[in-house]
Amino acid sequence: MRLYMKYFSMHLQSQMQYKLSFFFTALGQFLVSFTALLGIWFMFMRFNAVEGFSFPQVLLCFATMLMAFSLAEFMGRGFDHFPRIISNGEFDRMLVRPRRVALQVLASQMEFSRLGRLVQAILVFCYAIPASGVNWTYDKIITLCLMVICGSIVFFCLFLIYAAISFFTIEGLEFMNIFTDGGREFGRYPFSVYGKEALRFLTYVIPLALFQYYPLLYILERKTSSFYMFMPLLALPFAIPAYAFWRFGLSRYKSTGS
Amino acid sequence: MKKYLAIFRIRFINSLQYRAAALAGMATQFAWGFMEILAFLAFYKADPAAFPMEFSQTVSYIWMQQAFLALFMVWFFEAEIFNAITSGGIAYELARPVDLYWRWFSQSVANRLAKTVLRCLPILIIAMLVPEPFRMSLPATHGQFLLFLVSAAFSLGVVISFSMLIYISTFYTLSCTGVRIISAVLADFLAGAIIPLPFFPQPFRAIAEMLPFAAMQNMPLRIYSGNIAGINAFWGIGLQVFWLIALILIGRYMINNALRKVVVQGG
Repeated sequence: MRLYMKYFSMHLQSQMQYKLSFFFTALGQFLVSFTALLGIWFMFMRFNAVEGFSFPQVLLCFATMLMAFSLAEFMGRGFDHFPRIISNGEFDRMLVRPRRVALQVLASQMEFSRLGRLVQAILVFCYAIPASGVNWTYDKIITLCLMVICGSIVFFCLFLIYAAISFFTIEGLEFMNIFTDGGREFGRYPFSVYGKEALRFLTYVIPLALFQYYPLLYILERKTSSFYMFMPLLALPFAIPAYAFWRFGLSRYKSTGS
Repeated sequence: MKKYLAIFRIRFINSLQYRAAALAGMATQFAWGFMEILAFLAFYKADPAAFPMEFSQTVSYIWMQQAFLALFMVWFFEAEIFNAITSGGIAYELARPVDLYWRWFSQSVANRLAKTVLRCLPILIIAMLVPEPFRMSLPATHGQFLLFLVSAAFSLGVVISFSMLIYISTFYTLSCTGVRIISAVLADFLAGAIIPLPFFPQPFRAIAEMLPFAAMQNMPLRIYSGNIAGINAFWGIGLQVFWLIALILIGRYMINNALRKVVVQGG
């Protein structure tokens, strides 16, 4: 952990050397999700509700996904770069160091400009939390926190799987994007919008709906059973196959040389 | 002209090599398009009267957008060009007897076309086979299809001449990531990449339809889906021609200006 903090401050200092560039990149990240927000807003200027969810309620969903994603992306950026680390042989150097491999991969890259999205998520929360008309009691606040925390863990696991796949393919696999970037993009609406089959898939295979749709129902008082409140926790076992897959890939690793 | 065609050919063949990547990309785009349609379907069910296009038009729009993603999306930049400028490789380029602007232009056309050729057919075929209401419809008339092809060609030109401006601005700023992301995101949004322009509320829609970004994917996709037809389609293509010429002229002016005082980075 101390080592990680060291890396953390190192990356922070190096990126602060180019302040203007940092600022523009963060602004860019902000705008990427801002256009998604504009898209939702434009749609709701035309339609009052979708599947019974109003605009602020959908924004609650959007901000949860965005915050979970940006936290995970900020932490797990190294996994995103992992295909490159493998293909240029950098990974061999990591293997000989006497520290955990996963930690080194994580620490190899941190992009603080990704926090542009986080800022946006916070701003949207500032609007949506009062506007959604929810009576915010303690249990609901806890539910919302659980959604964000468990959500970022799930996204983090998806990044881990993405990295583990490249043990076998060397290249990054574009297909994983549908779960990471796609999860963020499509998670802007509650997942029930996409129909029963999609919802079932996102519940049992890739547990994105567990921290988004079901607890949202609890917050909006459509479901009163406190089972729904703790649904995000059910997504956590997803980390087990993800980590196992990473270990499996690691044991099969063959250097690319060079 | 011949040398630019040669550049085009080399790049085209080079890009055709990455078939596995194309397969993965296709699967992604297919899933993406499907989710996109499901979301619009939910809105359609919520209030069909408020829907500004016919639903089948929206479906065609989305499938065509996914199939021709590499052709029309601004964010498919050529990393090579940025690297040439920031790493100093530009010095070699300048020593060659080709015009830099048109060299980069034909390189971009080739890469985008090759990527699209590999990817579009399977997506289109599957999109025609899936059950209603997800099935993509064919254009009503031959004329409409012809107009789509013309408009698509101009659209590609506008997209590339716009990205040329971004490449050239790297001469001035050197650090490009921020500018690149910001311009690509805004351009794609205003071109109707996130939601089609008819879904924009007034007065945003009226403004967006005048901008050069409306001459990008917006035009061919809406002509194909039948949302823009008849005389309006000709007006639309006219607008595309206008923006294409304007963007090329601006780009030429900028690059000549930049090259006159270019400082080559490093050795």
